[in-house]
Amino acid sequence: MKPIRIHRGQVAPLHRANVDTDQIIPKQFLKRIERTGFGEFLLYDWRRTSDGKQDPSFVLNHPRHAGASVLVVGKNFGCGSSREHAVWALEDFGFRVLIAPSFADIFANNCVKNGVLTVVLSEAEVAEIARRAEELHRYEVTVDLEQCLVHDGHGLSATFQIDEFTRHCLLEGLDDIGLTLQHESEIAAYEARHSPAIR
Amino acid sequence: MVEKLTLFDKIWNEHVVCAPSGGLPLLYIDLHLVHEVTSPQAFEGLRLAGRKVRQPQKTVATVDHNIPTEPRGTPILDPIAARQIQALQQNCEEFGVPLFDMNSSDQGIVHVIGPELGLTQPGMTIVCGDSHTSTHGAFGALAFGIGTSEVEHVLATQCLHQRKPKSMRIEVRGRLAEGVSAKDLALGVIGQIGIDGATGYVIEYTGEAVRGLSMEGRMTLCNMSIEAGARAAMIAPDDITFAYMKGRRFVPRHWDEAVGRWRALASDPGARYDATVEVDASQLAPFVTWGTNPGMIAPVDGRVPNVDDLKTDRSAVERMLEYMGLESGTRIEDISIDRVFIGSCTNSRLEDLRAAARVAKGHQVASRVRAMVVPGSQAVKHAAEQEGLDRIFLDSGFEWRESGCSMCLGMNPDILQPGERCASTSNRNFEGRQGRGGRTHLVSPMMAAAAAIAGHFTDIRNWRFY
Repeated sequence: MKPIRIHRGQVAPLHRANVDTDQIIPKQFLKRIERTGFGEFLLYDWRRTSDGKQDPSFVLNHPRHAGASVLVVGKNFGCGSSREHAVWALEDFGFRVLIAPSFADIFANNCVKNGVLTVVLSEAEVAEIARRAEELHRYEVTVDLEQCLVHDGHGLSATFQIDEFTRHCLLEGLDDIGLTLQHESEIAAYEARHSPAIR
Repeated sequence: MVEKLTLFDKIWNEHVVCAPSGGLPLLYIDLHLVHEVTSPQAFEGLRLAGRKVRQPQKTVATVDHNIPTEPRGTPILDPIAARQIQALQQNCEEFGVPLFDMNSSDQGIVHVIGPELGLTQPGMTIVCGDSHTSTHGAFGALAFGIGTSEVEHVLATQCLHQRKPKSMRIEVRGRLAEGVSAKDLALGVIGQIGIDGATGYVIEYTGEAVRGLSMEGRMTLCNMSIEAGARAAMIAPDDITFAYMKGRRFVPRHWDEAVGRWRALASDPGARYDATVEVDASQLAPFVTWGTNPGMIAPVDGRVPNVDDLKTDRSAVERMLEYMGLESGTRIEDISIDRVFIGSCTNSRLEDLRAAARVAKGHQVASRVRAMVVPGSQAVKHAAEQEGLDRIFLDSGFEWRESGCSMCLGMNPDILQPGERCASTSNRNFEGRQGRGGRTHLVSPMMAAAAAIAGHFTDIRNWRFY
């Protein structure tokens, strides 16, 4: 997993609440057994018309948002299905940081496992960042995970909270299976103490 | 004084392997359910790192999401789906994981077969790479959905790093009226607290109406809790739980001892919850969703609401109505439908099929409607056929199909065409969920069967049963 410490990138706004993972990556793309190459299917039914062409009116298709690596979205982003393909699609498309008033639980966990940072800010702060992303050409923010701070060099500065373990994993880009296996003796002791296998 | 604990606290405490300082508690997982869609990349990760499955005997796999519901043996025409199914077969063989494959008499939707086989037990921690894992909480287990990276983590370590969620008690007062089912209770709860109302929480359902539910009904209720954002949902095990479980294949051999242990799981009187919600069962009706998330509900005798009457953002509601092809003020019973889907991990168990068959019996599906019944598992299908439910459905003009997730998410060939409107017993009415441009209305099995026959939504409380 790629570590993330201080990320500066262009912001794309998606003004919708409750964007579910069925929208982020529609079901027909879940049959692949690889972990890569999902970016072209991101938000497929919104980015593309029914004949598969790009819909120029959809915000992520605007040339001015090309190359964005920070996505600012409405509340409860990533609700619904547990499909990690949603995060793989966002990451493959180029997003490293997501900013929203809230995220769905499983989706937020999946982001951490892929080195994608979810930043929770207040509704007002999110709205302000979205507004600037729409009004200012190639608007960029700096997301500083060391300081837990988002700022833009134009007077906007907002702090966010993240639990220490998650922050540590993201900063170091840790493989958390390796981390867990350091507790092998405790796991084995737990297994010895508890009932045998179910069958 | 002894600390008073909730059902959730008790299971959580029992499963903490260690709590490293500065880290998150490491939680032990008793049962890991695996299916074809969210596991291939996890097995590949193990392979790349040279890791094994730590506890293959605590892991059970099946194929459910993308398999066709045509008669078994029909070739899978989609080569990518076929490859994914084949990958699961190979992975299970390579890593020694038991698999209930396509042709197994135990195949079925993962959340149907776990309980059916007695794998799901009170007090367990259960995970699966599927959000509807919350279903298993109906037995008083802590069961939640995880992503593929966490699937890999559990395969390798049988543990997960978990922050302890908050607890929410949902007390359902009174009783459900005739014609109002567990599905309507689930939809009513989501309508009341909102689709992110339980984000960050584990729900425990209590109260007379919950105690009165069968296990099938409890599974429906816990299943839909993820649609309110809940991390998990649970119901304390009781005599109804034990009666359902007794005699099933994988339940403990020392049965009485196990039941004694399970009884002690119930929340202590006076235990504290981080939040409490009360629901009045007498205020619930057979519900029909009208929007593109499961919180947008209306009673069947009501109307599509006016934009101004809703607290939701106006543009979002307008977008929903446009997608759904509906106008504010339309009577729900005036909405006609093209398709009916009875199935999914929410409503595909024997009791659900019995309820739908009772409605269908002696009636005919409306000529413009295509209606399908997809049993949750091969065992459900077999049991239903033993009772003659298949005959009732077929005689009424319903299709009777093989088990799988089917049109709940349309990963297999069962999908809606653009603009088609469906009365569905599944759990999500998101845009495009059942097929691009498809319009999904969530309802109970009784309401779905009645809609199939009437050709439009109709109030099951006025139904003519033969």
